Amino acid sequence: MKVIEVLAPGLLTTVQDLGREGFGPMGVSPSGAADPVALRIGNRLVGNAAIAAALEMTLLGGTFLFPEGALAALTGSDFGAALDGADRLPWASFEVKPGQTLRLGATRSGARCYLCLQGGIAVKPFLGSASTHLLSGLGGYQGRALRKGDVLKTGDSDGGPNRTLGTNRCKKVTPKILEGLRPRKILRVTPGPQRGWFSQAAEKVFYGGTYGVSEEANRMGLRLHGPPVPEGAHGGMISEGVSLGAVQIAADGMPIILSVEQQTTGGYAKMANVISADFGSLGQLRPRDEIRFRRVTFETARKLLMEQEKLLTAKDSIVETI
Amino acid sequence: MPAKKSAGARFEPASDQSLLVYFGEQITLEANENVRRLLHLLEQEPIPGVDNLHPAYCSLLVKFAALKWRHQELERQLRKYLGRLNNVRLPEPRLVEIPVCYGREFGPDLDEVAAMHGITPERVIELHTSATYLVYFLGFVPGFAYLGELARELVTPRLLSPRRKVPAGSVGIAGNQTGVYPFETPGGWRLLGRSPLAMFRTDRDGLCLLSIGDRVRFVPVSRERFAEFERA
Repeated sequence: MKVIEVLAPGLLTTVQDLGREGFGPMGVSPSGAADPVALRIGNRLVGNAAIAAALEMTLLGGTFLFPEGALAALTGSDFGAALDGADRLPWASFEVKPGQTLRLGATRSGARCYLCLQGGIAVKPFLGSASTHLLSGLGGYQGRALRKGDVLKTGDSDGGPNRTLGTNRCKKVTPKILEGLRPRKILRVTPGPQRGWFSQAAEKVFYGGTYGVSEEANRMGLRLHGPPVPEGAHGGMISEGVSLGAVQIAADGMPIILSVEQQTTGGYAKMANVISADFGSLGQLRPRDEIRFRRVTFETARKLLMEQEKLLTAKDSIVETI
Repeated sequence: MPAKKSAGARFEPASDQSLLVYFGEQITLEANENVRRLLHLLEQEPIPGVDNLHPAYCSLLVKFAALKWRHQELERQLRKYLGRLNNVRLPEPRLVEIPVCYGREFGPDLDEVAAMHGITPERVIELHTSATYLVYFLGFVPGFAYLGELARELVTPRLLSPRRKVPAGSVGIAGNQTGVYPFETPGGWRLLGRSPLAMFRTDRDGLCLLSIGDRVRFVPVSRERFAEFERA
Protein backbone atom coordinates (compact mmCIF):
# COMPACT_ATOMS: atom_id res chain seq x y z
CA MET A 1 0.00 0.00 0.00
CA LYS A 2 1.32 3.39 -1.01
CA VAL A 3 0.09 6.92 -0.60
CA ILE A 4 -0.68 9.56 -3.24
CA GLU A 5 -1.20 13.17 -2.28
CA VAL A 6 -3.36 15.37 -4.46
CA LEU A 7 -1.53 18.68 -4.81
CA ALA A 8 -3.94 19.90 -7.50
CA PRO A 9 -7.03 17.96 -8.56
CA GLY A 10 -7.42 19.12 -12.15
CA LEU A 11 -10.81 19.96 -13.64
CA LEU A 12 -12.69 16.77 -12.78
CA THR A 13 -10.69 13.83 -11.48
CA THR A 14 -12.52 10.77 -10.15
CA VAL A 15 -11.77 7.22 -9.12
CA GLN A 16 -13.14 4.83 -11.74
CA ASP A 17 -12.98 1.15 -12.55
CA LEU A 18 -15.04 -0.78 -15.09
CA GLY A 19 -18.29 0.13 -13.30
CA ARG A 20 -21.06 -1.68 -11.45
CA GLU A 21 -23.48 -3.72 -13.50
CA GLY A 22 -26.70 -5.22 -12.22
CA PHE A 23 -28.37 -2.36 -10.37
CA GLY A 24 -30.65 -1.13 -13.14
CA PRO A 25 -33.75 -2.16 -11.15
CA MET A 26 -32.75 0.47 -8.55
CA GLY A 27 -32.10 3.13 -11.17
CA VAL A 28 -28.33 2.91 -10.66
CA SER A 29 -26.28 3.13 -13.85
CA PRO A 30 -22.90 1.39 -14.03
CA SER A 31 -20.71 4.51 -14.11
CA GLY A 32 -17.06 3.44 -14.55
CA ALA A 33 -14.35 4.70 -16.88
CA ALA A 34 -15.77 6.71 -19.77
CA ASP A 35 -12.97 5.25 -21.90
CA PRO A 36 -12.78 1.63 -20.75
CA VAL A 37 -10.23 0.79 -23.44
CA ALA A 38 -7.71 3.22 -21.99
CA LEU A 39 -8.35 1.99 -18.45
CA ARG A 40 -7.86 -1.64 -19.38
CA ILE A 41 -4.60 -0.97 -21.22
CA GLY A 42 -3.36 1.17 -18.33
CA ASN A 43 -4.04 -1.60 -15.87
CA ARG A 44 -2.15 -4.04 -18.06
CA LEU A 45 0.83 -1.69 -18.23
CA VAL A 46 1.21 -1.73 -14.44
CA GLY A 47 0.31 -5.39 -14.01
CA ASN A 48 -3.14 -4.88 -12.51
CA ALA A 49 -6.27 -6.87 -13.16
CA ALA A 50 -8.51 -5.19 -15.77
CA ILE A 51 -11.02 -4.26 -13.08
CA ALA A 52 -8.57 -2.29 -10.90
CA ALA A 53 -9.50 1.33 -10.16
CA ALA A 54 -7.58 4.29 -11.53
CA LEU A 55 -7.88 8.07 -11.70
CA GLU A 56 -9.88 9.47 -14.59
CA MET A 57 -8.93 13.05 -15.42
CA THR A 58 -11.00 15.34 -17.60
CA LEU A 59 -9.61 18.00 -19.99
CA LEU A 60 -7.18 19.34 -17.38
CA GLY A 61 -5.11 16.95 -15.30
CA GLY A 62 -3.96 17.19 -11.70
CA THR A 63 -0.67 17.23 -9.83
CA PHE A 64 0.19 14.30 -7.58
CA LEU A 65 2.95 13.71 -5.04
CA PHE A 66 4.17 10.16 -4.42
CA PRO A 67 5.97 10.13 -1.04
CA GLU A 68 6.60 6.40 -1.37
CA GLY A 69 6.96 6.13 -5.14
CA ALA A 70 4.84 3.98 -7.45
CA LEU A 71 4.71 2.14 -10.72
CA ALA A 72 2.46 4.31 -12.88
CA ALA A 73 1.02 4.39 -16.38
CA LEU A 74 -0.84 7.07 -18.31
CA THR A 75 -3.32 6.13 -21.00
CA GLY A 76 -6.02 7.82 -23.04
CA SER A 77 -5.41 11.38 -24.10
CA ASP A 78 -2.09 13.19 -23.84
CA PHE A 79 -2.29 15.69 -20.97
CA GLY A 80 1.36 16.73 -21.28
CA ALA A 81 2.53 14.84 -18.21
CA ALA A 82 5.84 15.59 -16.54
CA LEU A 83 7.52 13.73 -13.69
CA ASP A 84 9.67 16.21 -11.76
CA GLY A 85 9.83 18.18 -14.98
CA ALA A 86 10.69 15.28 -17.32
CA ASP A 87 8.11 14.45 -20.00
CA ARG A 88 6.18 11.23 -19.61
CA LEU A 89 4.34 9.98 -22.68
CA PRO A 90 0.99 8.25 -22.44
CA TRP A 91 0.55 4.55 -23.23
CA ALA A 92 3.59 3.57 -21.20
CA SER A 93 4.37 2.68 -17.61
CA PHE A 94 7.16 4.33 -15.66
CA GLU A 95 8.67 4.26 -12.24
CA VAL A 96 7.98 7.10 -9.84
CA LYS A 97 10.68 7.43 -7.19
CA PRO A 98 9.73 8.33 -3.62
CA GLY A 99 9.13 12.06 -3.30
CA GLN A 100 8.57 12.69 -7.01
CA THR A 101 5.70 14.79 -8.35
CA LEU A 102 3.67 14.00 -11.46
CA ARG A 103 2.13 17.07 -13.03
CA LEU A 104 -0.43 16.96 -15.82
CA GLY A 105 -1.68 19.87 -17.87
CA ALA A 106 -4.39 20.59 -20.39
CA THR A 107 -5.29 17.94 -22.91
CA ARG A 108 -3.50 17.86 -26.24
CA SER A 109 -5.94 15.38 -27.76
CA GLY A 110 -9.20 14.02 -26.29
CA ALA A 111 -11.28 14.47 -23.16
CA ARG A 112 -9.83 11.95 -20.73
CA CYS A 113 -6.54 10.67 -19.39
CA TYR A 114 -6.14 7.76 -16.97
CA LEU A 115 -3.50 7.46 -14.29
CA CYS A 116 -3.13 3.81 -13.39
CA LEU A 117 -1.01 2.73 -10.44
CA GLN A 118 0.23 -0.70 -9.57
CA GLY A 119 -2.14 -2.16 -6.98
CA GLY A 120 -4.99 0.05 -8.16
CA ILE A 121 -6.59 2.90 -6.21
CA ALA A 122 -8.01 1.47 -3.00
CA VAL A 123 -11.40 2.80 -1.93
CA LYS A 124 -14.31 1.21 -0.10
CA PRO A 125 -16.37 -0.47 -2.80
CA PHE A 126 -19.98 0.62 -3.22
CA LEU A 127 -22.24 -2.02 -4.75
CA GLY A 128 -19.16 -3.99 -5.68
CA SER A 129 -17.30 -1.28 -7.54
CA ALA A 130 -14.83 1.53 -6.84
CA SER A 131 -16.38 3.78 -9.47
CA THR A 132 -17.52 7.25 -8.50
CA HIS A 133 -21.17 8.01 -9.29
CA LEU A 134 -21.09 11.79 -9.19
CA LEU A 135 -24.81 12.52 -9.37
CA SER A 136 -25.64 10.40 -6.32
CA GLY A 137 -22.39 11.22 -4.53
CA LEU A 138 -21.59 7.54 -4.06
CA GLY A 139 -18.65 5.26 -4.71
CA GLY A 140 -15.08 6.27 -5.44
CA TYR A 141 -13.33 8.66 -3.08
CA GLN A 142 -16.05 10.00 -0.78
CA GLY A 143 -18.47 9.96 -3.70
CA ARG A 144 -16.96 13.05 -5.29
CA ALA A 145 -14.28 14.44 -7.57
CA LEU A 146 -10.84 14.81 -5.97
CA ARG A 147 -9.84 18.01 -4.21
CA LYS A 148 -6.54 19.53 -3.24
CA GLY A 149 -5.22 17.86 -0.10
CA ASP A 150 -6.95 14.51 -0.62
CA VAL A 151 -4.78 11.51 0.17
CA LEU A 152 -5.34 8.32 -1.79
CA LYS A 153 -3.95 4.86 -1.25
CA THR A 154 -3.05 2.13 -3.67
CA GLY A 155 -4.23 -1.41 -3.03
CA ASP A 156 -2.09 -4.27 -1.87
CA SER A 157 -0.91 -5.12 -5.30
CA ASP A 158 -1.40 -8.56 -6.61
CA GLY A 159 0.71 -7.04 -9.32
CA GLY A 160 1.34 -10.38 -10.90
CA PRO A 161 4.38 -10.78 -13.08
CA ASN A 162 5.33 -7.12 -12.99
CA ARG A 163 6.15 -6.85 -9.33
CA THR A 164 9.89 -7.12 -9.56
CA LEU A 165 11.77 -3.88 -9.33
CA GLY A 166 14.03 -2.49 -11.98
CA THR A 167 13.66 -0.77 -15.31
CA ASN A 168 12.59 -3.93 -17.10
CA ARG A 169 9.15 -3.66 -15.54
CA CYS A 170 8.34 -0.53 -17.53
CA LYS A 171 6.26 -1.24 -20.57
CA LYS A 172 4.62 0.44 -23.51
CA VAL A 173 1.92 -0.25 -26.01
CA THR A 174 3.08 -1.06 -29.53
CA PRO A 175 2.33 1.54 -32.24
CA LYS A 176 0.32 -0.99 -34.23
CA ILE A 177 -2.05 -1.59 -31.32
CA LEU A 178 -2.32 2.11 -30.59
CA GLU A 179 -3.32 2.72 -34.18
CA GLY A 180 -6.00 0.05 -33.89
CA LEU A 181 -7.38 1.55 -30.70
CA ARG A 182 -7.22 5.20 -31.75
CA PRO A 183 -10.36 7.15 -30.83
CA ARG A 184 -12.65 7.76 -33.76
CA LYS A 185 -14.64 10.84 -34.75
CA ILE A 186 -16.90 8.80 -36.98
CA LEU A 187 -18.93 6.77 -34.52
CA ARG A 188 -20.30 3.47 -35.72
CA VAL A 189 -23.90 2.92 -34.65
CA THR A 190 -26.54 0.23 -34.88
CA PRO A 191 -30.18 1.18 -35.44
CA GLY A 192 -32.02 2.21 -32.27
CA PRO A 193 -35.28 0.72 -30.99
CA GLN A 194 -37.39 3.58 -32.41
CA ARG A 195 -35.63 3.77 -35.78
CA GLY A 196 -38.94 2.98 -37.47
CA TRP A 197 -40.44 6.17 -36.10
CA PHE A 198 -38.15 8.37 -38.15
CA SER A 199 -38.73 9.14 -41.81
CA GLN A 200 -36.16 8.42 -44.50
CA ALA A 201 -35.58 12.15 -44.67
CA ALA A 202 -34.80 12.20 -40.96
CA GLU A 203 -32.32 9.35 -41.37
CA LYS A 204 -30.69 11.20 -44.22
CA VAL A 205 -30.22 14.26 -42.03
CA PHE A 206 -28.86 12.19 -39.16
CA TYR A 207 -26.44 10.00 -41.10
CA GLY A 208 -25.44 12.74 -43.52
CA GLY A 209 -24.87 15.46 -40.96
CA THR A 210 -21.84 16.59 -39.03
CA TYR A 211 -22.56 17.24 -35.37
CA GLY A 212 -20.63 19.30 -32.89
CA VAL A 213 -20.24 18.24 -29.27
CA SER A 214 -21.75 21.00 -27.13
CA GLU A 215 -20.47 22.28 -23.79
CA GLU A 216 -23.10 20.04 -22.21
CA ALA A 217 -20.93 16.96 -22.41
CA ASN A 218 -20.18 15.03 -19.26
CA ARG A 219 -20.19 11.55 -17.78
CA MET A 220 -23.99 11.38 -18.04
CA GLY A 221 -24.30 12.26 -21.69
CA LEU A 222 -23.27 14.45 -24.59
CA ARG A 223 -25.65 16.93 -26.17
CA LEU A 224 -24.81 17.56 -29.82
CA HIS A 225 -25.68 20.41 -32.12
CA GLY A 226 -26.03 20.32 -35.87
CA PRO A 227 -28.76 19.69 -38.42
CA PRO A 228 -32.00 19.00 -36.49
CA VAL A 229 -33.46 15.55 -37.03
CA PRO A 230 -37.15 15.86 -37.95
CA GLU A 231 -39.37 14.48 -35.22
CA GLY A 232 -40.56 10.91 -35.50
CA ALA A 233 -44.13 10.70 -36.78
CA HIS A 234 -45.17 8.26 -34.09
CA GLY A 235 -45.17 10.30 -30.89
CA GLY A 236 -46.48 8.88 -27.65
CA MET A 237 -43.12 7.58 -26.49
CA ILE A 238 -43.34 5.73 -23.17
CA SER A 239 -40.29 5.84 -20.90
CA GLU A 240 -38.21 2.69 -21.25
CA GLY A 241 -34.79 1.32 -20.36
CA VAL A 242 -31.93 2.97 -22.24
CA SER A 243 -28.54 1.61 -23.21
CA LEU A 244 -25.06 3.01 -22.90
CA GLY A 245 -24.36 4.89 -26.13
CA ALA A 246 -28.03 5.40 -26.96
CA VAL A 247 -28.53 8.27 -29.41
CA GLN A 248 -31.73 10.00 -28.30
CA ILE A 249 -33.37 12.65 -30.41
CA ALA A 250 -34.56 15.49 -28.16
CA ALA A 251 -37.64 17.60 -28.84
CA ASP A 252 -35.53 20.19 -30.69
CA GLY A 253 -34.18 17.50 -33.04
CA MET A 254 -30.73 17.47 -31.46
CA PRO A 255 -29.09 14.13 -30.66
CA ILE A 256 -28.07 13.32 -27.08
CA ILE A 257 -25.68 10.38 -26.59
CA LEU A 258 -25.84 8.63 -23.22
CA SER A 259 -22.54 8.02 -21.44
CA VAL A 260 -21.47 5.87 -18.48
CA GLU A 261 -23.29 7.71 -15.72
CA GLN A 262 -26.44 7.65 -17.82
CA GLN A 263 -30.01 7.77 -16.67
CA THR A 264 -31.29 4.18 -16.65
CA THR A 265 -34.62 4.97 -18.32
CA GLY A 266 -35.70 7.73 -20.66
CA GLY A 267 -38.56 9.03 -22.72
CA TYR A 268 -36.86 10.21 -25.93
CA ALA A 269 -36.97 8.17 -29.12
CA LYS A 270 -33.65 6.55 -29.97
CA MET A 271 -32.50 6.81 -33.57
CA ALA A 272 -29.35 4.75 -33.09
CA ASN A 273 -26.90 3.33 -30.56
CA VAL A 274 -23.12 3.65 -30.56
CA ILE A 275 -21.52 0.21 -30.89
CA SER A 276 -19.64 -1.27 -27.93
CA ALA A 277 -16.32 -1.12 -29.79
CA ASP A 278 -16.66 2.68 -29.98
CA PHE A 279 -17.45 3.34 -26.30
CA GLY A 280 -13.82 4.32 -25.75
CA SER A 281 -14.06 6.85 -28.58
CA LEU A 282 -17.24 8.22 -27.03
CA GLY A 283 -15.41 8.75 -23.74
CA GLN A 284 -12.74 10.81 -25.49
CA LEU A 285 -15.11 13.28 -27.17
CA ARG A 286 -14.93 16.82 -25.88
CA PRO A 287 -16.81 20.05 -26.50
CA ARG A 288 -16.37 21.43 -30.03
CA ASP A 289 -15.31 18.07 -31.47
CA GLU A 290 -17.09 17.34 -34.75
CA ILE A 291 -18.47 13.89 -35.27
CA ARG A 292 -20.49 11.87 -37.75
CA PHE A 293 -22.48 8.66 -37.50
CA ARG A 294 -22.02 5.59 -39.67
CA ARG A 295 -24.58 2.80 -39.62
CA VAL A 296 -23.38 -0.81 -39.27
CA THR A 297 -25.19 -4.10 -38.78
CA PHE A 298 -25.30 -5.93 -35.45
CA GLU A 299 -23.06 -8.60 -36.97
CA THR A 300 -20.46 -6.01 -37.97
CA ALA A 301 -20.65 -4.45 -34.51
CA ARG A 302 -19.93 -7.83 -33.01
CA LYS A 303 -17.02 -8.44 -35.34
CA LEU A 304 -15.52 -5.03 -34.52
CA LEU A 305 -15.84 -5.72 -30.80
CA MET A 306 -14.11 -9.08 -31.21
CA GLU A 307 -11.26 -7.43 -33.09
CA GLN A 308 -10.92 -4.78 -30.39
CA GLU A 309 -10.94 -7.44 -27.70
CA LYS A 310 -8.12 -9.21 -29.51
CA LEU A 311 -6.04 -6.03 -29.57
CA LEU A 312 -6.74 -5.40 -25.91
CA THR A 313 -5.72 -8.83 -24.76
CA ALA A 314 -2.99 -9.82 -27.23
CA LYS A 315 0.24 -10.73 -25.48
CA ASP A 316 2.35 -8.85 -28.02
CA SER A 317 0.34 -5.62 -27.72
CA ILE A 318 2.52 -4.54 -24.81
CA VAL A 319 6.32 -4.66 -24.88
CA GLU A 320 8.99 -3.88 -22.32
CA THR A 321 10.91 -0.65 -22.63
CA ILE A 322 14.60 -0.59 -21.92
CA MET B 1 -54.80 -9.42 -11.85
CA PRO B 2 -53.65 -12.51 -13.75
CA ALA B 3 -50.86 -11.96 -16.22
CA LYS B 4 -51.80 -12.66 -19.79
CA LYS B 5 -50.03 -15.20 -21.92
CA SER B 6 -46.63 -14.06 -23.06
CA ALA B 7 -47.61 -14.29 -26.71
CA GLY B 8 -48.00 -10.52 -26.85
CA ALA B 9 -44.37 -9.79 -25.98
CA ARG B 10 -42.37 -8.02 -28.67
CA PHE B 11 -38.56 -8.05 -28.89
CA GLU B 12 -36.49 -5.21 -30.25
CA PRO B 13 -32.68 -4.94 -30.31
CA ALA B 14 -31.73 -1.70 -28.55
CA SER B 15 -27.96 -1.88 -29.03
CA ASP B 16 -25.30 -4.49 -29.76
CA GLN B 17 -25.46 -5.41 -26.07
CA SER B 18 -29.12 -4.97 -25.19
CA LEU B 19 -32.55 -6.24 -26.10
CA LEU B 20 -35.90 -4.67 -25.24
CA VAL B 21 -38.88 -6.82 -24.30
CA TYR B 22 -42.18 -4.96 -24.71
CA PHE B 23 -45.41 -6.08 -23.09
CA GLY B 24 -47.75 -3.93 -25.13
CA GLU B 25 -47.42 -0.34 -26.20
CA GLN B 26 -49.43 1.30 -23.44
CA ILE B 27 -49.04 1.83 -19.73
CA THR B 28 -51.35 -0.73 -18.17
CA LEU B 29 -51.26 -2.52 -14.83
CA GLU B 30 -51.21 -5.79 -16.71
CA ALA B 31 -48.19 -4.87 -18.85
CA ASN B 32 -46.32 -3.62 -15.79
CA GLU B 33 -47.14 -6.77 -13.88
CA ASN B 34 -45.64 -8.79 -16.70
CA VAL B 35 -42.50 -6.63 -16.52
CA ARG B 36 -42.28 -7.31 -12.80
CA ARG B 37 -42.85 -11.02 -13.28
CA LEU B 38 -40.11 -11.33 -15.90
CA LEU B 39 -37.74 -9.21 -13.79
CA HIS B 40 -38.44 -11.36 -10.74
CA LEU B 41 -37.90 -14.58 -12.66
CA LEU B 42 -34.63 -13.33 -14.15
CA GLU B 43 -33.45 -12.30 -10.70
CA GLN B 44 -34.36 -15.71 -9.29
CA GLU B 45 -32.88 -17.64 -12.19
CA PRO B 46 -30.25 -15.43 -13.81
CA ILE B 47 -29.16 -16.12 -17.37
CA PRO B 48 -25.35 -16.31 -17.55
CA GLY B 49 -24.05 -13.40 -19.61
CA VAL B 50 -27.05 -11.19 -18.82
CA ASP B 51 -25.45 -8.31 -16.92
CA ASN B 52 -28.23 -5.87 -16.15
CA LEU B 53 -31.96 -5.28 -16.32
CA HIS B 54 -33.79 -1.96 -16.74
CA PRO B 55 -37.51 -2.33 -16.00
CA ALA B 56 -39.94 0.39 -17.05
CA TYR B 57 -43.72 0.85 -17.45
CA CYS B 58 -44.32 -1.87 -20.00
CA SER B 59 -40.86 -2.97 -21.09
CA LEU B 60 -37.71 -4.55 -19.79
CA LEU B 61 -34.29 -3.75 -21.22
CA VAL B 62 -32.01 -6.78 -20.98
CA LYS B 63 -28.30 -5.95 -21.17
CA PHE B 64 -25.97 -8.79 -22.10
CA ALA B 65 -22.34 -9.56 -22.77
CA ALA B 66 -22.09 -8.77 -26.47
CA LEU B 67 -19.58 -11.51 -27.21
CA LYS B 68 -21.62 -14.18 -25.44
CA TRP B 69 -25.10 -13.63 -26.86
CA ARG B 70 -26.71 -12.70 -30.14
CA HIS B 71 -30.13 -11.05 -30.00
CA GLN B 72 -31.94 -13.97 -31.61
CA GLU B 73 -30.38 -16.55 -29.28
CA LEU B 74 -31.17 -14.49 -26.21
CA GLU B 75 -34.71 -13.93 -27.45
CA ARG B 76 -35.18 -17.70 -27.71
CA GLN B 77 -33.90 -18.10 -24.17
CA LEU B 78 -36.12 -15.31 -22.85
CA ARG B 79 -39.19 -16.79 -24.56
CA LYS B 80 -38.77 -19.84 -22.33
CA TYR B 81 -39.00 -17.51 -19.35
CA LEU B 82 -42.04 -15.77 -20.81
CA GLY B 83 -43.82 -19.10 -21.04
CA ARG B 84 -43.56 -19.42 -17.26
CA LEU B 85 -44.73 -15.94 -16.24
CA ASN B 86 -48.17 -17.12 -15.17
CA ASN B 87 -46.61 -19.26 -12.47
CA VAL B 88 -44.42 -16.49 -11.04
CA ARG B 89 -45.38 -15.46 -7.55
CA LEU B 90 -44.44 -11.84 -7.03
CA PRO B 91 -43.30 -10.81 -3.55
CA GLU B 92 -46.06 -9.33 -1.36
CA PRO B 93 -46.08 -5.60 -2.06
CA ARG B 94 -45.07 -3.44 0.88
CA LEU B 95 -47.10 -0.36 1.76
CA VAL B 96 -44.72 2.53 2.37
CA GLU B 97 -45.86 5.85 3.80
CA ILE B 98 -43.93 8.90 2.72
CA PRO B 99 -44.27 12.08 4.79
CA VAL B 100 -44.56 15.24 2.71
CA CYS B 101 -44.58 18.87 3.72
CA TYR B 102 -46.69 20.60 1.07
CA GLY B 103 -46.56 24.09 -0.34
CA ARG B 104 -44.53 27.27 0.10
CA GLU B 105 -40.85 26.92 -0.78
CA PHE B 106 -41.12 23.12 -0.61
CA GLY B 107 -43.90 23.03 -3.21
CA PRO B 108 -43.44 26.07 -5.43
CA ASP B 109 -45.98 24.81 -8.00
CA LEU B 110 -48.78 23.89 -5.60
CA ASP B 111 -50.77 27.09 -6.05
CA GLU B 112 -50.40 27.07 -9.82
CA VAL B 113 -51.47 23.43 -10.08
CA ALA B 114 -54.52 24.28 -7.97
CA ALA B 115 -55.33 27.27 -10.19
CA MET B 116 -54.91 25.20 -13.37
CA HIS B 117 -57.57 22.78 -12.13
CA GLY B 118 -59.80 25.41 -10.50
CA ILE B 119 -59.48 23.87 -7.06
CA THR B 120 -57.88 24.97 -3.80
CA PRO B 121 -54.33 24.00 -2.81
CA GLU B 122 -55.87 22.12 0.12
CA ARG B 123 -57.89 20.04 -2.34
CA VAL B 124 -54.73 19.27 -4.34
CA ILE B 125 -53.09 17.98 -1.17
CA GLU B 126 -56.20 15.98 -0.29
CA LEU B 127 -56.24 14.37 -3.73
CA HIS B 128 -52.52 13.67 -3.71
CA THR B 129 -52.62 12.04 -0.27
CA SER B 130 -55.81 10.03 -0.70
CA ALA B 131 -54.59 7.64 -3.41
CA THR B 132 -52.45 4.53 -3.03
CA TYR B 133 -49.81 4.48 -5.75
CA LEU B 134 -47.99 1.63 -7.43
CA VAL B 135 -44.22 1.77 -7.92
CA TYR B 136 -44.17 0.99 -11.64
CA PHE B 137 -40.36 0.98 -11.67
CA LEU B 138 -37.27 2.79 -10.45
CA GLY B 139 -35.28 4.61 -13.06
CA PHE B 140 -33.81 7.86 -14.35
CA VAL B 141 -31.52 8.29 -11.31
CA PRO B 142 -30.81 5.99 -8.33
CA GLY B 143 -33.94 5.53 -6.23
CA PHE B 144 -36.38 7.52 -8.39
CA ALA B 145 -39.71 5.67 -8.25
CA TYR B 146 -42.30 6.24 -10.96
CA LEU B 147 -45.61 6.24 -9.08
CA GLY B 148 -49.07 6.04 -10.56
CA GLU B 149 -51.76 6.78 -11.10
CA LEU B 150 -52.57 10.28 -10.09
CA ALA B 151 -56.20 11.22 -9.44
CA ARG B 152 -57.78 12.32 -12.72
CA GLU B 153 -58.33 15.85 -11.38
CA LEU B 154 -54.58 16.24 -10.81
CA VAL B 155 -53.29 15.17 -14.21
CA THR B 156 -51.06 18.09 -15.22
CA PRO B 157 -48.53 18.51 -18.01
CA ARG B 158 -44.92 18.90 -17.00
CA LEU B 159 -43.29 22.33 -16.95
CA LEU B 160 -42.59 23.76 -20.40
CA SER B 161 -39.07 24.53 -19.36
CA PRO B 162 -37.49 22.19 -16.79
CA ARG B 163 -35.82 23.62 -13.69
CA ARG B 164 -32.06 23.36 -13.75
CA LYS B 165 -32.04 22.29 -10.10
CA VAL B 166 -34.75 20.47 -8.21
CA PRO B 167 -33.85 19.95 -4.53
CA ALA B 168 -33.54 16.37 -3.24
CA GLY B 169 -36.77 15.18 -1.61
CA SER B 170 -39.00 17.29 -3.87
CA VAL B 171 -42.37 15.66 -4.57
CA GLY B 172 -43.58 16.33 -8.09
CA ILE B 173 -46.31 15.44 -10.54
CA ALA B 174 -46.23 15.12 -14.34
CA GLY B 175 -48.97 13.70 -16.52
CA ASN B 176 -50.64 11.04 -14.40
CA GLN B 177 -47.44 10.21 -12.51
CA THR B 178 -45.97 11.37 -9.25
CA GLY B 179 -42.58 10.84 -7.64
CA VAL B 180 -39.92 12.02 -5.22
CA TYR B 181 -36.56 13.33 -6.44
CA PRO B 182 -33.83 11.38 -4.57
CA PHE B 183 -31.06 13.80 -5.53
CA GLU B 184 -30.70 17.36 -6.66
CA THR B 185 -31.13 17.05 -10.41
CA PRO B 186 -32.68 19.03 -13.25
CA GLY B 187 -36.36 18.24 -13.56
CA GLY B 188 -39.58 19.22 -15.30
CA TRP B 189 -42.16 17.87 -12.86
CA ARG B 190 -44.42 20.30 -11.00
CA LEU B 191 -43.43 20.43 -7.35
CA LEU B 192 -46.10 20.13 -4.68
CA GLY B 193 -43.99 19.55 -1.58
CA ARG B 194 -40.94 17.93 -0.10
CA SER B 195 -40.25 14.74 1.82
CA PRO B 196 -37.61 14.55 4.55
CA LEU B 197 -36.93 10.88 3.78
CA ALA B 198 -33.82 9.79 1.90
CA MET B 199 -35.05 7.85 -1.12
CA PHE B 200 -31.63 6.32 -1.74
CA ARG B 201 -29.09 5.85 0.98
CA THR B 202 -26.18 3.57 1.63
CA ASP B 203 -26.45 2.88 5.35
CA ARG B 204 -29.12 0.22 5.17
CA ASP B 205 -30.10 -2.91 3.30
CA GLY B 206 -31.93 -2.54 0.07
CA LEU B 207 -30.57 0.94 -0.49
CA CYS B 208 -33.77 2.35 -1.95
CA LEU B 209 -36.69 3.30 0.23
CA LEU B 210 -38.95 1.88 -2.47
CA SER B 211 -38.78 -1.19 -4.68
CA ILE B 212 -40.60 -1.98 -7.88
CA GLY B 213 -44.13 -3.22 -7.12
CA ASP B 214 -44.41 -1.48 -3.74
CA ARG B 215 -47.49 0.56 -2.83
CA VAL B 216 -47.06 4.12 -1.63
CA ARG B 217 -49.15 6.67 0.23
CA PHE B 218 -48.20 10.25 0.92
CA VAL B 219 -48.88 11.61 4.40
CA PRO B 220 -49.01 15.38 4.92
CA VAL B 221 -46.77 16.66 7.70
CA SER B 222 -46.22 20.07 9.21
CA ARG B 223 -43.06 22.11 8.91
CA GLU B 224 -42.20 21.23 12.51
CA ARG B 225 -42.60 17.51 11.88
CA PHE B 226 -40.52 17.85 8.68
CA ALA B 227 -37.72 19.44 10.72
CA GLU B 228 -37.94 16.63 13.29
CA PHE B 229 -37.56 14.05 10.53
CA GLU B 230 -34.56 15.84 9.16
CA ARG B 231 -32.93 15.92 12.59
CA ALA B 232 -33.58 12.19 13.15
